[in-house]
Formats: sequence, structure tokens, C-alpha cells
Amino acid sequence: MSEFLRSYLTVAIFGATGCLLVGAFVGLSALVRPTRPQAQKYLTYESGVDPVGTGWSQSNIRYYVFALLFVMFDVEAVFIFPWATRLEAYGYFGLVEMAIFIFILALGLFYAWRKGVLRWV
Amino acid sequence: MPAIFSLDPLFLGDAGNLEILAIVLAKVVIAFAGLMVSVMLMVWWERKFISDLQNRIGPNRAGPFGILQTLADGIKLFFKEDLIPDQSDRFVFKLAPYLSLVPAFLVFAVVPIGGDFSNGGDGLISVFGNDTYVQLADPHIGILFVLAMSSIAVYGIMLAGWSSGSKYPLLGSVRASAQMVSYEAALGLALVAVLLKTGSLSTTTIVREQAGEGPEFLGLFPMPDWNVIVLGVVPFIIFFIATTAELNRPPFDLVEAEQEIVGGFHTEYSSIRFALFFLAEFMNVVTMSAVMVTLFFGGPAGPDLGVLPAALWGFVWFFAKLFVFLCLFIGLRGTLPRLRYDQLMDLGWKLLIPLALGWVLFLATLDVFSDRGWTSGGERLVVTGVFLAAMLVFAGLLMVAISNGKKARERDGEEVFG
Repeated sequence: MSEFLRSYLTVAIFGATGCLLVGAFVGLSALVRPTRPQAQKYLTYESGVDPVGTGWSQSNIRYYVFALLFVMFDVEAVFIFPWATRLEAYGYFGLVEMAIFIFILALGLFYAWRKGVLRWV
Repeated sequence: MPAIFSLDPLFLGDAGNLEILAIVLAKVVIAFAGLMVSVMLMVWWERKFISDLQNRIGPNRAGPFGILQTLADGIKLFFKEDLIPDQSDRFVFKLAPYLSLVPAFLVFAVVPIGGDFSNGGDGLISVFGNDTYVQLADPHIGILFVLAMSSIAVYGIMLAGWSSGSKYPLLGSVRASAQMVSYEAALGLALVAVLLKTGSLSTTTIVREQAGEGPEFLGLFPMPDWNVIVLGVVPFIIFFIATTAELNRPPFDLVEAEQEIVGGFHTEYSSIRFALFFLAEFMNVVTMSAVMVTLFFGGPAGPDLGVLPAALWGFVWFFAKLFVFLCLFIGLRGTLPRLRYDQLMDLGWKLLIPLALGWVLFLATLDVFSDRGWTSGGERLVVTGVFLAAMLVFAGLLMVAISNGKKARERDGEEVFG
């Protein structure tokens, strides 16, 4: 295993231990907890009355729009993180280039703003 | 054997070396034990502190000062009946607690929690003759790993709410995902400021860069070289607000706003599965506080005051800083009312993200110009002035454009709110 991947192996061991621990909690609880089934216990919660319709109801489209906007900024991170770690090597060129990039990115955000997408009715 | 190979020397050429495997396993066990105990104490301390703020006594039955209250609650939840609603998606319902808790653990893997960084030390300590960092792993992309894990935590909450097949959890989880992705953008951009200064994604390097003395305070005494000071306070404040929102802590706890949507995403969870979500939530508070200490407050770096061995001061400083953050989170919960959803989104998208973008450019400009010899106070002032002027013009133009857009929509008879 190469030196580069070694620390990830430690992380993987840690993650596996975490999964095991969570599994152990659930398993141990399954051994000691009571199980007395009753049909009413398995109804979904709706403030004490019988639930109406299914739980998968429609939700506001605006949540979806924000998720789309987020994609824009998440993709941007792919470019801006490596740039930030190597800025000294790029100098003025890197600075101007990133300024243009951020300007275009900000234009996208402000376009959405102007269109009223960011407004939560 | 080259010195570098002895850092976390797992299965490299010397696979099967029991000492090395023992160190890694010991680290894993200690990290888990430390996390669990600190979360337990954190929950107790939160309840105790918040009851002081609200003029109550708080837990005082289990153990001295009620310190075992969390343990008692945990044991109680073990013995409770586990209910899975008929309408739920059973597989995803069972999967969600894993997705929520395991990333919370994993973030801690890259946080340096101790080590001797005073007097130019590099944070290594020696165990059985093997040098090692006091952190589980130091991958090259350390801090990106933190971002990745906090993204996965969104899945835990999202899927928990969706799979319940119930209305309130679904509402809670769509709220959660929109809120968490919004603030993740601001979180990442605030982080870029740290990367500009450090030039590395590794958490150890970030801490090492902050050790020692920084700029002088009004020419009187040197301040620590912490990123919170060196970068201007703005990136830290953005990061802190974004973290609070990521953690769904008050005043950003719309995800589980009791008065509106019962318990939010975990309404349908009971017994041990509920306990796992609860654990994940508080573990996230501890780990993200640790990340903030690492990024902005020098992690375990601090002066060696004698008395204790130098290697122990790292732990002392780290946990002291961590404790301040935990108290800060509790203080926020005790003092601030919950935001409305539109206020939450406005704060994230219209203030934090543009501010973070602008600040990154500002720091980059200062950085590049001081690399090219513009280092004196007057020259820096010129750079700052020109930059601010350019930003103001840019922001002004955009504001005009936005208000024009609003007017145009009003003319077209559309309803305009903000």
C-alpha cells in the first residue's frame, strides 16, 4: 500500500469500527427491549389523530431551486480550492483569473436574485 | 527507515508489525472513547448550563451534579420498544441512523487533538519509539474530508425524514436539506480564506502554520498567529454562522422546530435509533467545534507553561478552546430566538455567500501584492482602498440591477416581496 493511501486506511478502519459500534448498539438493544406489537403503535404520527393520506406529500418547489443554486457553488469549489492552495505560484495572473471567475459566478447569483428566485414567499 | 515512513506506519513494508498495528488500534479506541465521553459530558453540560440561563436547577439526580444523567437516558432508551411505522420504507429507515452517526465520528479522524507545537515543535509525539501525530490520520486532503463528511450527514437527515412515510418528518427533512446545502456553500468559501494563508489542505499543516507569535497588538504585545486574527475576523464569523446552521443548532434549528413540525426528521424514530440521532447531533457539535478550533484558533498549539510535560499542554489548550466553543453554542441557544425560513435563506444567500466571495478576493489581492513587495502599511492601505472602491462600484451596479428587476416585475403586475 502506497504512503499516499495509508492515512485513508486508518480512516477506513475508524469508519468500519464506527459502523460496527452502531450495529452493536442496535443489536444489543434488540436483545433487551420488549416487543409487544399492536396495530395502533405502527401508525405514523399526526398530532394524535389518525393520519390522513400518505406521508409522501408534495412539498414546495423552492427547496429544489435552492438545491440547483447550490450545485453552482459546489462545482465552483472544485476550482477555487486548488487555486487557493497554489496562489503564490500563480501571482497576478492567478489573481486576475480568479477575479474574473468569481465575477461570472457572482453574476449567476445576482441574476437569480434579480429574478426573485431567492425570495421566499 | 526514513523518518516520514514512521508517521502512521500502517502496513508499509513492515506489515504485521504488532507495535504499529497496536498504535493505530489504540488511537481508534482512544478516539472513540474520548468522543463518547466528551459527548456525554457535553449533553450534561448543555442541560446544566441552559438551566442556569433559564433560572432552573437542571439534572441533579443521577450522580454528583447529575453528571450521569446522559448515561441514564441512554440506558433507558436501550430498553424501549423499537417502532417502525407501517408506512415507512423499512430499509432506508434502518439505514439512516448509520448515515447520520458514522460521518460524525469520521470528521474527528482528521482533527489534531494534541501534540507539542510550542517552540517550533511539529506536533509529533513518540510512542514505543515510533513518532506519530496525535490525530487518527493526516490525509493530504484533510479539510476536504471534513466537508465531504458533513455533506454525507445531509443524507442521514434527508433519508430519515423521507423514509418515515410521515408528513412532519418529510417537512423537516426538506427544510434540512435546503438549509444545509445553502450554508455548505458559505462554509466552503470561508474555508478558502484559510487555504490561501496555509497553502495546504492537511490539518496538521494548518495547525503548525498557526503556532508561534503573530502580529503585534497595537505594537504592545504579540498576539498568537491564529487564523482568526491573521485573516481578519470575517471568515471565522462566516464559518461559525454556517457551522451553526449546518449543525441545526438554535437559532437555525428550523429542522426540528418543535412548535411547527413536532420533532422534524426524527419524529417517527424511537428507542435506540432515536438515541443514535441524538448522539450524532451532539457529536457533530463537538467535532465541528474541534474543526473550528483547528482552522481558526491554532488547534492544540499554545505556549508551554511548564508544570506539565510539553506533550500534554497540547491536549490542555485544545480542550480549553473546544470548551469555549461548546459554551458559545449553548449561549446562542439560550439567548437567540429561532429565525424564520426566509430570513434564514436571505442570510445565507444574500449576505454570507457574497461576503465570503468578496473577502476571499480581498485576501488574495493583499497576498499577491505583498508577495510582490507591497508590504509597508501605506502600500497595503492603497491596495485595500482600491479593492474596496472596486467592490463598492460592483456591488452598487448590482443593487441597481436588482432594484430595476424588481420595478420591472412590479410594472408587470407581479407581486414583489423582497
